[in-house]
Amino acid sequence: MLSYSAPSTVEEAVGILAGASGMAKVLSGGTDLLVQMRSGRVKPDVIVDIKKIPGISSIREQDGGFVIGAATSGAELGECAPLVQAWPGVVEGANLIGSTQVQGRATLAGNLCNASPAADSVPALIAARATCVVAGPNGQREVPVEGVATGPGKTSLKPGEFIVEFHLPKRPPHSADAYLRFIPRTEMDIAVVGAAVNVTLDGAGVCTDARVVLGAVAPTAVVVDEAAKALIGHKLDEATLAALDTAARGACKPIDDKRGTIAYRTKVAGVMARRAAEIAYARAGAR
Amino acid sequence: MSKKHVSTTINGEPTEFLCEPQLTLLDVLRDELELTGSKEGCSSGDCGACSVVVDGRVVCSCLMLAVEAEGKTIETIEGMAKGDKLHPLQQKFLEYAALQCGFCTPGVLIAAKALLDRNPNPTEEETRYWLAGNLCRCTGYDKIIRAVLDTAADMRGERVAAG
Repeated sequence: MLSYSAPSTVEEAVGILAGASGMAKVLSGGTDLLVQMRSGRVKPDVIVDIKKIPGISSIREQDGGFVIGAATSGAELGECAPLVQAWPGVVEGANLIGSTQVQGRATLAGNLCNASPAADSVPALIAARATCVVAGPNGQREVPVEGVATGPGKTSLKPGEFIVEFHLPKRPPHSADAYLRFIPRTEMDIAVVGAAVNVTLDGAGVCTDARVVLGAVAPTAVVVDEAAKALIGHKLDEATLAALDTAARGACKPIDDKRGTIAYRTKVAGVMARRAAEIAYARAGAR
Repeated sequence: MSKKHVSTTINGEPTEFLCEPQLTLLDVLRDELELTGSKEGCSSGDCGACSVVVDGRVVCSCLMLAVEAEGKTIETIEGMAKGDKLHPLQQKFLEYAALQCGFCTPGVLIAAKALLDRNPNPTEEETRYWLAGNLCRCTGYDKIIRAVLDTAADMRGERVAAG
């Protein structure tokens, strides 16, 4: 017998989740959960709708960065001009998920906790060095986004825990990010490969800091340190792009499936990394 | 079976219903409230036939629990015409024959109205992306897109050369 509750505080939500007998699920946008329930793959005993918690569907600026509530929809992210300006890659990743209708409900926390290797919002969040605040029976802890998904459909969150909000750090000057995914059509599909690049340049256009993250080429999103090293200290010339391409391909451990073979995904990962880097450099250089 | 009591506003009317917590908003709209204009196509958020507007946002009513409607303002296709007067989009869809079987049409109209409410002058590309979550297996989309763009032009008070 399914029980639904919509608590109005974080503590109350934790209490219900931690005290539930059987399977407890957090509901924010529901765009994954309801599909899984409908198909019978997930049969929760308890649903905790977190959207009545004040501030959980909001974006605010704090210490030069941003705090994004866990239940903030993709559409709300796309309409927040200061966020789009500061973190265009994070927003474009989130906004690639699903249709207009899905954007009206889908959230960063849901995308992350659904733990699909192809989750479109996750690589850019990791590239941004975003963290999330996780509430649980032992209080709150701050976790880097890359510490959440541990494999397809699996997370490091313990029973009773849920994500309350995301933190995006303050940006140095000449910084920008970009996210690109490859899909065989133009909209409404799942990434064959995703690539996020986040860079900071100096006044001359030389990269001083970089994060490169690939999606859909391993069981979780992959931080490619070698790819960041290929960028740092360099303008984006052909030799740098080639080194980035090689490093990105070297980090791939993809599966063969109907969306792409191992060889194809690996090659496309290099191409997506190059193109995302070109966009990120151009954006950063224009600031 | 512990049913939940939900108070909501649908097409401007305060509405109350009792529902089991696993039911979707679409289930309740169709089976409980007899608002059968919203269609069940895929039940997985892919086809858009069940599109409704909740607090100003287009969503798939199959991807929302009915209990989540508590305190919300919901607009369905049944509220689009005002009495006998069709919304300009509805009128244009008739003129352009922008439908064949009609199953996707309520969802398309709801989504298209939400687009024009936000953006009275969308480009063709913006319109196609906005409506990408509304699948139509009959028309090939061309008539739908032309009907939406021409309605937008009419509503802006412009005349568009027939083409």
